[in-house]
Formats: sequence, C-alpha cells, structure tokens
Amino acid sequence: MNVGLYERIWMWAAAAIIAVFVGVIAVSTFAYAVRPPSHAETIAPAQVLADPRFSPPGVVVDAGGNVEVHVVLLMFAFLPAEIRVPAGRPVTFRVTSADVTHGFQISGTNANTMVLPGYVSQFTYTFEHPGEHLVVCNEYCGLGHHTMQAKVIVEPPAGEAGR
Amino acid sequence: MTRTHRLALANLWVAVLAFGVASAMALMQALSRANLELPWRSAKLYYLSVTAHGTLTALVFTTFFIMALGYVVAARALDRPLAGERLGWLSFWTALLGTLAVVAAILSGRATVLYTFYPPLKAHPAFYIGATLLIVGSWGWCAVMLRSYRAWRRENLSAPVPLAMHGMLATVIIWLIATVGVAAEVLLLLIPWSLGLTRTVDPLLARTLFWYFGHPLVYFWLLPAYVVWYTVLPKAAGGKLFSDPLARLVFVMFIVLSTPVGFHHQFMDPGISAGWKLFHTVNTLWILFPSFVTAFTVIASLEVAGRMRGATGLFDWIKTLPWGDPLVSSVVLSMLLFAIGGFGGAVNASFGMNAMVHNTAWVQGHFHLTVGSAVALTFMGVAYWLLPKLTGRNLELDLLARVQPYLWFVGMLLFSVSNHVTGLLGMPRRIYDASYGGSAIAESWRALTGLSAVGGLLLFASAGFFMLVMIGTGLAGKKAPQAAVEFAEPLEPPGPRAALFDRLGLWTAVAVVLVIAAYGYPLVRLLAMPRFGSPPFTPF
Ligand code: HEM
Ligand SMILES: [Cu+2]
Ligand SMILES: [Cu+2]
Repeated sequence: MNVGLYERIWMWAAAAIIAVFVGVIAVSTFAYAVRPPSHAETIAPAQVLADPRFSPPGVVVDAGGNVEVHVVLLMFAFLPAEIRVPAGRPVTFRVTSADVTHGFQISGTNANTMVLPGYVSQFTYTFEHPGEHLVVCNEYCGLGHHTMQAKVIVEPPAGEAGR
Repeated sequence: MTRTHRLALANLWVAVLAFGVASAMALMQALSRANLELPWRSAKLYYLSVTAHGTLTALVFTTFFIMALGYVVAARALDRPLAGERLGWLSFWTALLGTLAVVAAILSGRATVLYTFYPPLKAHPAFYIGATLLIVGSWGWCAVMLRSYRAWRRENLSAPVPLAMHGMLATVIIWLIATVGVAAEVLLLLIPWSLGLTRTVDPLLARTLFWYFGHPLVYFWLLPAYVVWYTVLPKAAGGKLFSDPLARLVFVMFIVLSTPVGFHHQFMDPGISAGWKLFHTVNTLWILFPSFVTAFTVIASLEVAGRMRGATGLFDWIKTLPWGDPLVSSVVLSMLLFAIGGFGGAVNASFGMNAMVHNTAWVQGHFHLTVGSAVALTFMGVAYWLLPKLTGRNLELDLLARVQPYLWFVGMLLFSVSNHVTGLLGMPRRIYDASYGGSAIAESWRALTGLSAVGGLLLFASAGFFMLVMIGTGLAGKKAPQAAVEFAEPLEPPGPRAALFDRLGLWTAVAVVLVIAAYGYPLVRLLAMPRFGSPPFTPF
C-alpha cells in the first residue's frame, strides 16, 4: 500500500491530536478527579417521598459541616423549589425522581445529571460566589417539561455580610 | 427503467416525503422556541411535532434513503442484478407499514415520547411495533446487500470488492451489530410492557440498550455519505479518488469502533461506573481518526479534480470546481458544516466537558450539523444526481436546485451556531418555551433564539426548494436519456495489501469482541444490582 508523504504526516498528526485528547482526559480524571456523576445506588421510585434518604427533601448540614442537598423531581416540579447553600464550600447534591426520567442542571454551570426513577444521582459542586441560579429539567418528561424550574440561592459564607 | 431502479426509486420517494413532512414541522418548532406568540402554538403540539420530526428525520428519512442508495451501489458497482429483489420489495413494504404505524401513533397524540422513547414514558404499542417493523424491513435490505455481494464474490474470486460496495457493506455490518440493542430493548422490554404483559421496566437498562444502538446509528447514517464523498464526488467534480486503500482502512475502522462507545451518551447517567465511561471515551476519541483521514483524502481528491480541470496554482483549483453542480456544492458545503460539527463532537465526547453541554441546546446545534447537514445535505445532493437517473427525466427547476445547498448552509450556520451558544449559556434542549418565568439567565438567550428562528426559516425555505425540485422532476421532468451511475476511479488501483481490508468477516469478529469487552461486564453488573422497575406514564 503506497501512502504519500503528506498523507503520512497528516495521519501522524491526527493520531497525535487524539493521543493528546486522551492524555488530557486521563490526567484530569486521575489527577484532578474530574469525572461525570456515576454514583450507583437504587431506590424504589414509588416510595421516594417516604424514604428516609429523601424525606423530607431539602438541605442538610451534618455535624461535620458537610452540606448535602436532597432533591426529588416529579412531574412537573422540584422538591424543594428553593435551595439555599453556602458559597465556597463543596455541596453534595443527591437527586432522584418519583416518576419519569428527568434531568437536573444548574443552568450555565456544569452541575448536570440525569435523574432516573429507581436510581439516586449524586455529584458535588462548589459555588464560588454568592448569587442566584436557575435550575432546569433538561430531559423531556411530558407536556409540562419546560415549566419545571427551581432556584439555587448561594449565600455568603457564615460570618460575612452581616449574617 | 430497470427493476433495480424501481426498487431504489420506491425507497427514495418514501425518504423524500418523510423529509418534506419533517421540515414543515421543524419550522413550527424553530419559531416556537423563539417565544413567538403564534395562534396555534401549544405544548401538546410542540412535543408531538418534535417526536414526529425526530422520528421522520433520524429514523425514516435516513433509513429509506440509505436503502435506496445501497441498492443503486450494489447493482452498479458490482455490475450485476441484485440477488433477492423480491426480498427487497418485501422489506420495503414491511418498513413502510412500520413507518405508517409509527406516524399514526404519533399524529394521534398517543406517542409523544420523542424519537428516543425513554421509558417510563409509554407510547401506544403501535409505536414500538411499527419501529420494529421498520427495523425488520431494514434487515431484509441487509440480506439483499449481503446476498448480492456473495453472488458477485463467487464470480470474482480474487478482485478487490469495488470501493463503493466496500463502504456499503461496512454500513450493513454496523447496522446489523447496532440493531441488536434496540431490538432487545423494544422486543424484550417495551412491547410487553406497553401491552400490559409486564408491570415495570428498568429505565437505565432501556437507556443502555438504546445507546448501544444510538451511537452506531450515527455511523449507519454517516458511512453512506462517506461512500458518496469518496466514490461519487470526485467523479462529479471531474477528477479521481486520491487513495483507494485509505478509504478501505476508514470503513474498516468504523466497523471496529462504532459500537463500543455508547456510554458517551450516558456520561450523566447514574448507575454506570466512571471507569467504563472512560473506556468508551477512549474508543470514541479514536473514532475521530478515520474522519481525519477522510478529510484529507476527500480534499486531495477535489484538488486532483481542480487540476484535471486545468488549475495550476496553489489554491486556484478551488475556483475551478463546478460550484453550480448541486451534487458538488451540496457535498462540499455539507463537509464544511461537518468540520464544525466534528469539533463540537470532540467536546461532547470529552468526559468532563460533557457536563457543560449535556442536554442543552448545544446538542441540537451539534446534531443538525452532523446528521442534519453532513448526512442530510449530502443526501439532498445525491437525490439531485440520482433522481434523473432513476426516472429517466431531466432535473426540473434546476435553478432552485443550485441555490438550495447555499441556502441550507447559511440557514444552518445561523441555526446551529446560535444553538451552540445558548446551550453554553444554559438553555436546555427539547423545550416548548424558553422563558422560565422571566428568569434573568433565560432573558440572555432571547436574541439568540431569535437568530435561530431566522436560521430555521432559511432552512425551511431550502427544504421547500428541494421538495419542489423533487416533485417537479418526478411529475414533469422532461424524459431524456441520462448518463449511467458511475463511480470515481482511484489515482492508483488498490494494491494487494488492500486485500486485508476486504476481509470483512475478520473485522466483524474484531468488532464483536470489542463490543463484548465494552458492554459485557457493565451489563452484568447492572443486571445484578437490586433494581426497581418503573410502571408506565403518559403525561401527554
Ligand atoms: C428544515 C430544516 C430543519 C429545522 C428548521 C430543524 C429544526 C429543529 C428544531 C427546532 C428541533 C427541536 C429541538 C428541541 O426542541 O430540542 C429539531 C429537532 C431535531 N431535528 Fe431538526 N431541523 C431541521 C432539519 C433536520 C434534519 C435534516 C435532521 C436529520 C436528518 C434533523 C434531525 C433532528 C432530530 C433528530 C431532532 C431531535 C428531536 C429530539 O430532541 O427528540 N432535523 N429540529
Ligand atoms: Cu423535564
Ligand atoms: Cu454518539
């Protein structure tokens, strides 16, 4: 097989670009722990609102100061619809669905996960600055899909701004 | 008109009509997204329309078009009658019946589940049964393609298989491997469940089977377009194919790598470990390689064409290409749009970065560049080239045919660039209304959704031109003798080492091993988890 010089150069360059992509992803995964939400935990979807893991939904700060947010999505609402979290601290979101498949995205950020009935999705996100974010459902879930919205209100860390 | 022509033509007309209907619905969608207060605008109609548009484009238009092109390639590249033409007709009617059932279920409002039909949203059983028939019909097409190849092989023991057929066979193999997943999903899970025979379905298992199918599906669309880029475009541009063996390498790489990549659609799913997602990511990135090679070979072939038309300078070969030929302009413009789409695809595939764009408008910007342009615009160009040959009629309204690809190009740039940006700004896809109660971030999308609607209008006009040319030609084109279908000659004939790439059985075996490596363990682990199924819901 006769492959011309320019063609060889091009093919090596293409392979090198791909190898760089793979390398960058490997480094970010292993050295910086950047990875997609891949938590494996199941839950009976019809009972989520009675399940101690999600009842009641809301923000929980444990004795060690870890912030966990428990959210239930259902047609066509988020429970709770207003989520208050502190800035500058890692916040762990635990999210599940009481009916169909939904999505949970804090709009304009990379806090994003699918929400499947029967499964608990979990990811951790740190909000650097106080402010307000729109939360949307980003998977079609029925005729009210576009009406599903919630708010994340990021508050200044305790002890600042007169709190 | 030969018998093969008639079979190809029947498939082509279904494809073209499906495309026409889907484009009309798309116009409404694009306008609706811009929050224009249209009188008949409603959420019910919007989601119904997106279901119809997605299904008709992604599943019906593409499948029928590819079947038509496949028959033409098999008959002309192998230069012998199809083996199993009766089966071809049976497949056509089966697929058409399935399509009608799917369309009826959607239009009656009982299947507003979008073309991905993720359970526990439940469609009317006719939707799933119709989809199954469409796929069974396509399997019949695969059988005709394989039988025709076998018959040719018996008569040509040592010749390399003609390149166009090599690419179509790769398409067939990828499709056969891929459809195992969706067949399992629909037959084992969804049909019994939608009929009430089983109570629940595990949504994650269903998604996993769907995306096992869903990614190779894109190569089922793309490879026939590549066949055109490699074997039809150089000829139409007046040149030769730059390298035949590299094209074969490309098709073989797609056979091997198309399927073990499906988790890149499930990065954001719970229940699948990050390690396996990473494995699929690495495969996904390597599948960029054959497309890089394709870019080189196709551009080099265009340069050869330009020089054969008399160009001598470094870049003036670009000017000498026949830009007024709608096949050439469609294909070249579709390649330009694909280059942008490929860049976005690398972002989608990048494990960590995916979180920023997953299920945002970015995704709809992305796939309208890829399937909606690289594939669909190439197919439109092919239709201009093929319809006269199949019907024996001159292309009618050919001025519209010349303008149409450029109009698509401009419309698609507006539509897709604005959707990429709104996606990065956090706008989800698949939404009827983007106002979110006047939320500040939603206000920031407004100008761009307007731009996207303008793009949608131009795309609709372009699709309308295409339909006018098709229908005009079919009904009123002047009967005249037409040039036969011919494929580009390579600059050099394939050497003996290219024979390795013709051993399709071997490459299929490699592909199957990789599929088992990529899916075996994750599936076993998923099935072993204590899982809770979901009962059906119909919120539409
Ligand atoms: C007339 C030109 C077209 C216009 C204006 C257009 C516009 C749109 C719009 C506005 C959506 C809805 C997006 C959403 O709500 O998320 C959509 C979805 C879609 N389009 Fe197109 N489109 C066109 C042509 C095509 C073509 C040629 C293809 C493929 C061959 C295609 C494939 C799809 C698919 C697969 C969906 C996804 C539906 C879903 O998310 O379920 N479109 N299109
Ligand atoms: Cu939703
Ligand atoms: Cu994919």
